[in-house]
Amino acid sequence: MEFGIVELSRLQFATTAMFHFLFVPLTIGLSIIVAIMETVYVMTNRPIWRQMTKFWGALFGINFAIGVATGITMEFQFGMNWSYYSQYVGDIFGAPLAIEGLMAFFLEATFVGLFFFGWDKLSKTQHLVVAWLVAIGSNFSALWILIANGWMQDPVGAAFNPMTMRMEMTDFWAVLFNEVAQAKFVHTVSAGYVTASVFVLGVSAWYLLRDRHVELARRSIAVAAAFGLASAFSVVLLGDESGYNATHSQKMKLAAIEGMWHTEPAPAAITAFGFPDQEARETHYAIHIPYVMGLIGTRSLTTEIPGISELVEQAEVRIRSGMIAYEALLTLRAERDATPQLVKDTFELHSADLGFALLLRKYTDMPHLATETQIKQAANDTVPTVWPLFWAFRIMAGLGFLFIGTMLYFFYRASFKRMNFPRPALHMAVWMIPAPWIAAEMGWFVAEFGRQPWTVDGVLPTALSVSALSMTEVAITLAGFVIFYSILFVVEMGLMLKYIRKGPFLEVAETEAWMVRHELRLAGRKNADPIAVAGE
Amino acid sequence: MILNELISYETLRLVWWVLVGVLLIGFALTDGFDMGVGALLPFVAKTDTERRVAINTVGPVWEGNQVWFILGGGAIFAAWPPLYAVSFSGFYLAMWLVLAALIVRPVAFKYRSKRDDKRWRAAWDWALFAGGAVPATIFGVAVGNVLQGVPFHFTDDLHAIYEGVWYVKFFSLLNPFALCAGLLSLSMLVMHGAAWLTLKAEGPVQIRARRIGSVAALLAVCGYLGLGLWLAYGFDGYQIVGDFVTDGPSNPLHFEVAKGGSWMEAYALRPWIALAPVLGVVGGVLAFAGLRAGREVTTLLASKLAIFGMIASIGLTMFPFILPSSSDPRSSLTVWNASSSHLTLFIMLVVTAIFLPLILMYTAWVYKVLWGKVTEADVSENSHGLY
Repeated sequence: MEFGIVELSRLQFATTAMFHFLFVPLTIGLSIIVAIMETVYVMTNRPIWRQMTKFWGALFGINFAIGVATGITMEFQFGMNWSYYSQYVGDIFGAPLAIEGLMAFFLEATFVGLFFFGWDKLSKTQHLVVAWLVAIGSNFSALWILIANGWMQDPVGAAFNPMTMRMEMTDFWAVLFNEVAQAKFVHTVSAGYVTASVFVLGVSAWYLLRDRHVELARRSIAVAAAFGLASAFSVVLLGDESGYNATHSQKMKLAAIEGMWHTEPAPAAITAFGFPDQEARETHYAIHIPYVMGLIGTRSLTTEIPGISELVEQAEVRIRSGMIAYEALLTLRAERDATPQLVKDTFELHSADLGFALLLRKYTDMPHLATETQIKQAANDTVPTVWPLFWAFRIMAGLGFLFIGTMLYFFYRASFKRMNFPRPALHMAVWMIPAPWIAAEMGWFVAEFGRQPWTVDGVLPTALSVSALSMTEVAITLAGFVIFYSILFVVEMGLMLKYIRKGPFLEVAETEAWMVRHELRLAGRKNADPIAVAGE
Repeated sequence: MILNELISYETLRLVWWVLVGVLLIGFALTDGFDMGVGALLPFVAKTDTERRVAINTVGPVWEGNQVWFILGGGAIFAAWPPLYAVSFSGFYLAMWLVLAALIVRPVAFKYRSKRDDKRWRAAWDWALFAGGAVPATIFGVAVGNVLQGVPFHFTDDLHAIYEGVWYVKFFSLLNPFALCAGLLSLSMLVMHGAAWLTLKAEGPVQIRARRIGSVAALLAVCGYLGLGLWLAYGFDGYQIVGDFVTDGPSNPLHFEVAKGGSWMEAYALRPWIALAPVLGVVGGVLAFAGLRAGREVTTLLASKLAIFGMIASIGLTMFPFILPSSSDPRSSLTVWNASSSHLTLFIMLVVTAIFLPLILMYTAWVYKVLWGKVTEADVSENSHGLY
């Protein structure tokens, strides 16, 4: 594969997106965990729960800052590096991004300031509401971003308009309630909850191992284990839902993940292990588990799941149909309203396959005149590289089951063994901290790399989506991002570790003193406590 | 979906032109003052406590303010995809500089006061300065270029191609007129930041802010008038020629556009739009007087008026153009041929009509809760709670 502007732009997008997603899941999950802790504080009025809220809230804040900063890059990058994509599908894709700002990000960003700065200025209940608004904002953010991404995976509710030379929205509800988007949303936020739970569990375990902040750590484990258990189940079950959806919308992605080179008689077996070989179109040393794939993918014993070779044949048919659409489009573009009805009808008939003709643009500027070899090449291009998908998926799924096991264990010990945790288990919890991040990154890799060669599945090829930029420009910005992000990463990890080592700022007794002062302050007696401890 | 037919395509396009303007002005009015405070930081605050006072005046609100900017970008993407595609890729390296500043800024706010180390804090102070001054300048430079038209064209399938090799692309943005526009927008936001500090700080920080701010206000007013004259006599305007429809498909290539005449002809055509520059100048003068006299709330309102008038005047002068092309005028983007589809504009309008008032309400509540001065005593007592 030659390395050109498309590959460089993809590398930049992958780098910045994967870096951004190091922070997002923790923001999504920790916002909820902190809000839960504050709820317990407000309900029980016990200072320990306020101490927990403030401690985990401080870590949330450090993480939140970089999540926001790197998120802006994502919004800008579509226009900067993928301008034809933005022009071609902006009519549909832009809307959820803008709605995200209006509905979610404003909420989250406006109240996050008050969360950190408003303790003295708000009543307990008001502050609790603020905490929940931040959490709701963070989670709604994910919803709209995943509706946008879901549409790239399964472009429903839109059609090509030859007068504007772009895709336009035809049905907003279809975009909104896209099954792929909904499944992805629940899967992704659940993954965020698991990430935060594993994080809280691991840090608390570290405290227990060192016999520090024991009260805080034990209660935090109880929250994390309960919340994490529910979320870990949800992640795996809804991951399964995604698989089921993929059988309708992204057959090629599913076949690639499974290394399923040829259609098998229903119900297909799942390949648990093996070494996929792209050239030979087979998986060496494969270990199959019968029936499972067919059941997951189709929820039936008789429906077939198509294999890669068969899907390539189907792609070839669609390319040929797309070529007819492309030829009609040339007339439509030139003649506009004066186009003969026959040409219009031809275009309508084949316009759903227009995207497949665009695959040929990689090889010729005149797709409607493509040669047989070019058609074959383009059809073969519809197969993503299988082995990275095969493995990334298995790592993600394996970790998913590991989280269920871990959370079950800690939930059991917390509920029925009086929070008595054996040291090896605590050690394991500490070592497990990076695991959910690995799983999340693998998940996104499967989702996005598995969609190749498309940016919008079946509609717009990646190779065509890029901006007309020079390699130098993109190399400069990519280098800039790498340097910048590396510094940010070091700084953020340094602060995170510093704050974890330090533990909560206020001891429980000090928190209690603050609560007394706060009561008096709200009652209107300012400075009522002459020996107030400064430093709150 | 039939509901969208309730509002004509033409009206929706006009409404979205207004709404994008509202969002961009909203950004300048809110995020503008905290960028201004960032740009002022090394000059109004000398000691660490003073710096923390200045930073904490915007500490709880900058994050929400910044969403105006992000939403502005999102709204342009949703309402005018061709504009988003052409400008973000055409101004590539300049956009990256804005991004770099916007990445550093949030982190600088959050991390600056988390360590006591002097060098650590000094480094983040410079990051806050750059995070305010750099975008404030670049936005002006961008507008200065938009007014002159930028060199791009569309291919037949609407691929946007920006003319020139990469260094020409970047450095030709830095022409004299655009650089002056950059200085104008910087002084405008410095004025606004100073007005904010006058309201929220006291003592030496406030005194210095008033002094620097009044100079900035003067510069903004003079610069605005000067650039107005320069634009009137130094540059051609753009006009749509021949027949065109305002409710046709969004395809810039369906229009014929010619360069020539002056932008200022708009004022002969629609004299009422002269109200905008008048408000801009009056607001600027009032802000200058307010900063001199030490008025607090009045100054901030005057500064807002100035910004509103100056930014609105640019949009009104160019209407219906949003991004003219200097090398291929036919590719120019206008309100009538660069929007999203009828349906998308309608849906976005419904969502905005519901959520924008809500946003204004809760933002107002947050500002009310945070009302009052940030004092040196506040920041020294609250070493953990504040930045």
